[in-house]
Amino acid sequence: MSIDAKLALDAFKIDEESHIQIDQTRCKERCQTRYCLYVCPAQVYTLGQEGEILIRYEGCLECGACTIACDTTLAWNYPRGGFGVQYRFG
Amino acid sequence: MAEAEKVEVVIVGAGLAGLACAYHLAAAGLEVLVIERGDFPGSKNVTGGRLYLHPLRSFFPHLWEEAPLERHVTKERLTAMGKGSSVTVELSSERFKEKPYHSHTILRAKFDPWLAERAAQKGAIIVPKSRVDDLLWQEGRVIGIVASEAEIHADVVVAADGAFSFMVEKAGLGKRRKPQDYAVGAKEVIELTSGAIEERFGLSHGEGAAQLFFGSLTEGMFGGGFLYTNIDTISLGVVVGINALMEKEPGFELHRLLDSFKERPEVKPLIEGGHPVEYSAHIVPEGGLESMPQVYGHGILVVGDAAGLALNTGLIVRGMDFALASGALAAQTIMEAKKRNDFSPASLSRYEELLKESFVLKGLETFREVPRFLQNPRLFNLYPQALSESLERLMWIGEEPKEKISTTLWREARRAFRFSAVRDLLRVWRI
Repeated sequence: MSIDAKLALDAFKIDEESHIQIDQTRCKERCQTRYCLYVCPAQVYTLGQEGEILIRYEGCLECGACTIACDTTLAWNYPRGGFGVQYRFG
Repeated sequence: MAEAEKVEVVIVGAGLAGLACAYHLAAAGLEVLVIERGDFPGSKNVTGGRLYLHPLRSFFPHLWEEAPLERHVTKERLTAMGKGSSVTVELSSERFKEKPYHSHTILRAKFDPWLAERAAQKGAIIVPKSRVDDLLWQEGRVIGIVASEAEIHADVVVAADGAFSFMVEKAGLGKRRKPQDYAVGAKEVIELTSGAIEERFGLSHGEGAAQLFFGSLTEGMFGGGFLYTNIDTISLGVVVGINALMEKEPGFELHRLLDSFKERPEVKPLIEGGHPVEYSAHIVPEGGLESMPQVYGHGILVVGDAAGLALNTGLIVRGMDFALASGALAAQTIMEAKKRNDFSPASLSRYEELLKESFVLKGLETFREVPRFLQNPRLFNLYPQALSESLERLMWIGEEPKEKISTTLWREARRAFRFSAVRDLLRVWRI
């Protein structure tokens, strides 16, 4: 079952502004490991063609694993009140 | 919310710890505001999971009788997984079938709104859809919070904002978050009929099963799998240490691990024909006592996951009972501080005393060494593999004559257990 199919099971209320910011230059220069690609259970982070990190903040499950793993550049906050994932089972 | 409102207590987060605290404070007549960023309490929360009720009965007498609990767990299974084989230990106990029941599976999006309702009946005000962005300070003490651009003043702020707590960070009470102190879990809720669940797990009506898995399913990484039966769903998931995921070569995504877990022959028939209805993920504090933040400051207390109150001993995983109890103890602390009208660290340090006297910190103290013990990769590759392979060889009858049991065991033991195993065994004895 693809990650997209998994995320499609969930209810999201998507904010127009992202709650995740990345300094792409710093990220490219300082980070060799790209842990965000693997620790995120929602595959919010993927690698772009230029080696940049693409962010699909819309599917973020708000777990916080990426910020714990990244010590370079990630600025992560919870989505604004009333936005983001809304679990119906939990 | 009007600007510069003043209440007696502001609680950040309507999860179990925050709501437990609100429930007791409101019952005592204090003015309590609970601020929740989700659409409703429970909408951002995830559990495995199961709630142990016995430790909580004295804190909340009779509260649980009406609670939306799923199944009471009467069957406990632990599965050590090798690559092509596994060994499962199953405990069925008549004692677990006696009322009041020992533990219950729950779903947070059902359970938390119910608890919020109970707190609201006592007089707590719960404000959903609102994210707390900052703390308000005056001369080194916390005097309130900022949420949705409104300032709210309070005698005490309770940080109940979960495992990734910005409030702890902003209050300067936490240590630097280390990847080895956290795991990340991913879970699917899979719909099945109540009858199918009872038949597959051999349960009577209303009974539940809980199963933990460790070994090859996490590819040698610290972590494991879990399965809990709810009324008409199964909660199935994997949890892996964040540092283990970071160090894994080549990198491995958690959701793929969950997919291969679902395909394992030990799991697949249990969920056959079921429909996944939700996918969720959350971090879990795994650092134990050593990684806990300071739980009190000037005008602030920290409860539940925000305080790192979670315990994984490999056999038992708990945190929700700690959260509820810590909320109740924070409420008691605030009521005592209110009488003295003193919210200084000296006054609020009473909370830490109460936690230490309770099952919460006593439990974490007893299992203090466990988090380091569980960082041992042999627990997740070598031992489960050796255990299931050895049993497989003992049970196997081939063309050649069967050798003595002791010969097989001795050879298997020599293959798998080196000097390090003696040290590992000694460490088990200490925990």
